[in-house]
Amino acid sequence: MSDDTPAVSTTDLCRAFDGRTALGGVSLTIRRGELFGLLGPNGGGKTTLFQILATTLPFTSGRVSVLGYELPASAAQVRARIGVVFQAPSLDRFLTVGENLAHQGHLYGLRGTPLETRICECLELVQLTDRRKDIVGTLSGGMKRRVELAKGLLHEPGMLLLDEPTTGLDPNARRDLWDHLAALRDRGVTCLVTTHLLEEAERCDRIAILDRGRIVAEGTPEELRASIGGEVVTAVPRAAARLEPVRKAIEDCFRVQVRAIGGGLHIETKDGASLGHDLLRGFSRDLASVTIGKPTLEDVFLKATGRRLE
Amino acid sequence: MTMTRTLLPAWSLAQREVVRFLRQRNRVVGALLQPALFWALFGAGFHRGFQVGGGEGDYLKYMFPGTVALVVLFTAIFSTFSIIEDRNAGFLQSVLAAPVTRSGIVLGKIGGGVAIAVFQGLLFLALAPIAGISLSVGSVLAAAGVLVLMAASLTALGIAIAWPMESVQGFHAVMMLFLMPMWLLSGAFFPFTGAAGWLVVVMRANPLSYGVALLHHALGTGEAERAGLPDPVTALAVSAGFAGLMFVIAQFIVGRPGRKD
Repeated sequence: MSDDTPAVSTTDLCRAFDGRTALGGVSLTIRRGELFGLLGPNGGGKTTLFQILATTLPFTSGRVSVLGYELPASAAQVRARIGVVFQAPSLDRFLTVGENLAHQGHLYGLRGTPLETRICECLELVQLTDRRKDIVGTLSGGMKRRVELAKGLLHEPGMLLLDEPTTGLDPNARRDLWDHLAALRDRGVTCLVTTHLLEEAERCDRIAILDRGRIVAEGTPEELRASIGGEVVTAVPRAAARLEPVRKAIEDCFRVQVRAIGGGLHIETKDGASLGHDLLRGFSRDLASVTIGKPTLEDVFLKATGRRLE
Repeated sequence: MTMTRTLLPAWSLAQREVVRFLRQRNRVVGALLQPALFWALFGAGFHRGFQVGGGEGDYLKYMFPGTVALVVLFTAIFSTFSIIEDRNAGFLQSVLAAPVTRSGIVLGKIGGGVAIAVFQGLLFLALAPIAGISLSVGSVLAAAGVLVLMAASLTALGIAIAWPMESVQGFHAVMMLFLMPMWLLSGAFFPFTGAAGWLVVVMRANPLSYGVALLHHALGTGEAERAGLPDPVTALAVSAGFAGLMFVIAQFIVGRPGRKD
């Protein structure tokens, strides 16, 4: 397979199960060598799409190719070429780190010296060489995740798929894992990561926002933010009960669209500074604070779906 | 291709099963202690007045091969519990995402189950002299062969039961309602002779009866004929057939597309 075929290409991919549509026509292209994020709320279809690409879930209609191989026909070829890190921990806690990796190697047809070499390289990569003889059950959550990462990389896959890899990790371990992912991308490994966290999506080269089984936005984080245009003003009323009347009043006064999200009011505008200033002057009795900021991916999600990402 | 996608993964899965077992001491002890307790208590309780084939029999001796079968049954079936744990924990998911054939998974599970069950069965077999059964190299080898056959069929049966299950609790119900009666009605606990007619029909239809009979023959207890247990040739043929059938069924169930498909 030539390297100019995309890492992942799906056309009008659908999956319905028990009369429920989990994916309703997803068309997506992931280029080789990019760190791609699938962002969306839980239940939005991320994991379904992930499992289809990992060959562990069938789909109802549409076309899917992974690293140039069509699914489901070439599932065996795809499996041999991708590394998968599932959300649920897949390590055997009674085995040592080294035993877990050796077992993983065997599943991918590796043994002997080549396997030994790869185990050393992968442990080095995730900085766990000195933990090789430790029983997995005794490791910290962050270390276990790094072993999972080593496990996924053992057979030198062309693409690594990770489903919510930072679930349950503390902020340091999270940052650490993302540093590892960025380093892998720099070595030419395509990475596909699902997440429901905006700060993680910010670290991706490109992202697709998946909501209710559909892609509602796609592009680099900068492109997506730029699609909002201008700035976002967030105003927080003094009393929560006054949220709706204040929203209405601001809309009427400035002729802008005001969205109430959580306890705050969001307004997209070209000139945040002047609107912020006017708001402070006109509504000083009602508002506790006014902040002006560049649009975030949260705003992108909000604009595309009308809801907050939770 | 077969080597890298079936045999190597199967070997690795079996090895993992054995290592896990040895690292969980309570499992090693549990699978031996309960049958030993059964054997000692029932043996003592029925010691006097046990009738076999119209004559006075030695219950401790009679029940010994059946107890070995129980050790194998417990160990083989419990080894397949790990399928449910592995599915819930996520380990199985990563095996299913690997380029491994389903036969490789079945073979690996059976291989691991057999290794553990035969090891436990042989450990228990060392108690044979207490039951008045003298062991020889020949009888131990023959018994080991029978244990392999028995363990393979029971592990395959366990795989077929465990694969579609979501909870270990469900498995316990199957154990009590299906597997324990299977053992009780295998001639392990009481002889064919003297049982009610309909019960003998059930016992003859029970594949485990033939494994237990084969153990009696292998160990030369001399009880098989008196108790009306199947002859060695029939016992071997049925046991081998049962193992083959269970393997095919396990293979079919594991190869089926999952419930969420």
